[in-house]
Amino acid sequence: MQQIILFLIKNKTGLVFIILTTIALGLTFQAHTYHNSKLVSSANFISGNVLGTSESVYQYFSLKTQNEILLEENKTLRKRLLNTTLAEDTLQPTLDYITDTLYRIQKAKVISNYYDKIDNYLLIEGGTNDSIKEDLGVITSKGIIGIVIDTSKEFSRVISILNTNTSINAKLKKTNHFGTLTWDGKDPNIMSLVDVPRSAPVNLGDTITTGGRSLIFPEDVPIGIINDFELNENLGYYTISVKLFNDMTNLKHIYVIEDTRKEEAYELLNPSQP
Amino acid sequence: MKTYFINSIRFVLLILVQVMILNHFEVFGYINPYIYPLLIILLPFNINSIQKLLLAFVLGICIDIFEDSGGIHAAATLVIAYLRPLFLRNAFGLSYDYQTLKFYDAPFRSRLVYVSFMVIIHHVVLFSLEIFSVNHLLYLLEKIVYSSIFSIILIMITLNLIRKNRK
Repeated sequence: MQQIILFLIKNKTGLVFIILTTIALGLTFQAHTYHNSKLVSSANFISGNVLGTSESVYQYFSLKTQNEILLEENKTLRKRLLNTTLAEDTLQPTLDYITDTLYRIQKAKVISNYYDKIDNYLLIEGGTNDSIKEDLGVITSKGIIGIVIDTSKEFSRVISILNTNTSINAKLKKTNHFGTLTWDGKDPNIMSLVDVPRSAPVNLGDTITTGGRSLIFPEDVPIGIINDFELNENLGYYTISVKLFNDMTNLKHIYVIEDTRKEEAYELLNPSQP
Repeated sequence: MKTYFINSIRFVLLILVQVMILNHFEVFGYINPYIYPLLIILLPFNINSIQKLLLAFVLGICIDIFEDSGGIHAAATLVIAYLRPLFLRNAFGLSYDYQTLKFYDAPFRSRLVYVSFMVIIHHVVLFSLEIFSVNHLLYLLEKIVYSSIFSIILIMITLNLIRKNRK
């Protein structure tokens, strides 16, 4: 017994080092395997406020481009609005029904955005106080950004689509052939759409949008265009490289989308859980 | 007491500089210089080794929280804190063994060797854990080499700036 205690005292530095390194490695592996690890998360009061303060300075540098992006969005919305009022008489009943009940939208601001790592996360200003919850989709006017995975009162953490752990259901806009959107960790402008069946008519320049098969993103949110593709002859699936519409390196104003039918759908899917 | 005070201020300052300024630097798209290992580099040479390791762990975890990166910074900082005596002996030779070493009296070459050892080992551990896949070996090497160069330059400049202020 004495021998053991003496041994421990003699090697205490090594032991402390091993214990602390094990903790650190444990946290690392956890972050790599479970994409919503919450032990080390920037959605807390201190880091949220520090990053928020620095962002309130940095935002001035991108005011011009952000204004441009908002103007562009306004233009699209206005165009759509003016064009729908013409056919108002015939569409009124269905339009009312859809706009009222399907999706709830919150605005939020990006305060920290990483895109140069393998697994990227964003921190946004807006949390449970602004009724932002976990598992909601995050989009901009130009495309999708990611999914909320952790919330505090004022801040939320979003797993970026530029994360090797994410896979998002997407489809070819023209023909509704589905595939899975993933990222290989290299170029923040390029993602790949895998498992698209051989029968799909794939052409360069075609648009990719979200598929309607999840309750996170609405159907037909634009994602990007096809800039390269390859057919795996053995498996009969296409691997398509998609150039994103969004500039993931320059994000400011975003929208968090909540599908109001989600809870009902989950109840149907897992009837055993309360 | 004075050492505690100076190091606490350095701790807060280095974290703030790292997360508020340097993490916004994206030189050539993927190079991100790191300055916070400077805290471990500048710790007193005769510090209690357990205190040193705990400090390294806390420093790393703080950076991890801001960057949402699991425990990679904590692991990398721990490794350099643990291996520091080895690097000191290699870089400064006998004067470290006899406890007579004054950091700023040592020749520039020894200081550069010491800082380079620390930064390169830190970056190797950091980026290997971050990328964590054999498929990106070339990308990993690029990231280590370029980021190390930037971090070493940055830390050497900062070291000289601190010294000028003291005189």
